[in-house]
Amino acid sequence: MDVLNVEYMLGLVPVLLTYLPLTLQLAGIGMVLALILACLFAIVRVLRIPVLNQLTIVFISFFRGTPLLVQLFLFYYGLPQLVSALTVIDGVTATIMGLTMHFSAYMAESIRAAIVGVDRSQTEAALSIGMTNGQMMRRIVLPQATRVALPTLMNYFIDMIKATSLAFTLGVTELMGATQKEAAGSFLYFEAFIVAAIMYWIVVELLSKLQNYLEIRLNKAYSR
Amino acid sequence: MIKLESLSKHFGKTVVLDGIDLTIEKGEIVVIIGPSGTGKSTLLRCVNFLEQPTAGTMTVGDLTVDVKRASRAEILSMRRRTAFVFQNYALFANKTALQNIAERLLVVDKWPREKAYRRAREILDQIGLGEKADAYPASMSGGQQQRVGIGRAMAAGAEVILFDEPTSSLDPEWVEEVLGLMKQLAAERQTMMVVTHEMSFARDVADRVIFIDGGRIVEQGPPSEIFYHPQDPRTKNFLKKILATNPV
Repeated sequence: MDVLNVEYMLGLVPVLLTYLPLTLQLAGIGMVLALILACLFAIVRVLRIPVLNQLTIVFISFFRGTPLLVQLFLFYYGLPQLVSALTVIDGVTATIMGLTMHFSAYMAESIRAAIVGVDRSQTEAALSIGMTNGQMMRRIVLPQATRVALPTLMNYFIDMIKATSLAFTLGVTELMGATQKEAAGSFLYFEAFIVAAIMYWIVVELLSKLQNYLEIRLNKAYSR
Repeated sequence: MIKLESLSKHFGKTVVLDGIDLTIEKGEIVVIIGPSGTGKSTLLRCVNFLEQPTAGTMTVGDLTVDVKRASRAEILSMRRRTAFVFQNYALFANKTALQNIAERLLVVDKWPREKAYRRAREILDQIGLGEKADAYPASMSGGQQQRVGIGRAMAAGAEVILFDEPTSSLDPEWVEEVLGLMKQLAAERQTMMVVTHEMSFARDVADRVIFIDGGRIVEQGPPSEIFYHPQDPRTKNFLKKILATNPV
């Protein structure tokens, strides 16, 4: 067995680092969109808004029930075949669409659970002072639900960062795609992929730190 | 002025309020007593539209609504004219004492920030919790939480404050400070409807005591009459029981 080519690994770090921003962009945009969508779904589910509620249930069921990779292929290869105008969808857009819908389905359920978990006394108090349903949601219910949902949502975010690596199957050269190319050129597969793995790992660790910080902040109101 | 006419509330087939007629003058302090499960709390909750009454009309100030046909806007308007103090305080857990009081002014009445917080601070001082402005409910005693609950109701500038057993969840040591604050409000002639088992408060503070049983007003009058010369046997029976454990 050859020894690890450390020199190659060190040289690879700055190269791969230039692709990290795209990975973070995919996950960042995906997360923001997924959160917005998930909040809307959760509210539709909690308020049982007719028609929308049923549509949401089907949407969530589909995007939770099928593999992300299948969904990505559907968006990238499948949709343009159906609607020729959609050939403009590039790999990056298709990835963001896939990540958004896939993860919003999961997140909608944890947000819904967190909303339902907010004590009834809180909503009654909000209504008693004359708040509208929207004001009550925005000012009282969602902030309290956020605290409960945060750990799970951060988990999904971490999962999403790693899931961006699937984008390479759509020809997107993000961290995983770039590593693949580098490895194919040098035949140093182990070195290349271990560097990529460590990069993902560091990003996720930093996020865990952020999660701790946020949890402490959000718990401030609840500690004696 | 508050006027309830034939106000009823049914939960399915159960009749909880059975045609309540009641007029309360501005500045009047009304205490509602009666056995558990007879609709006292439901009555207050209907006035604040936390429960949708089944039938009847309701007037608060210059707004009269037929409860069956009340629009969303009318319900909001009714809620804004009436303030509620909950048995379990129900302070907003994600907001400080100051924010709990300012919330309504900011969000519902759309006051500018500075004005709302200035007013909230005045109220905090009035309820003797000026130094707790930045404390969250979780770090306050029950008595302090309930005083903030009352402060939140005061901020509403409502026609009437509805107190739903405000001292029932409190440890005995905190009851007096809450009753004291309520007496202070009564002395300022804040219109109040109070459901309570604190009979000495009813006797000392109420202008009128109303005895409710089975969803109806059985008897009402000044405390001196209700407590010392009750007419209806149900009133007599209730008072005998409750005064045995809760002497005035």
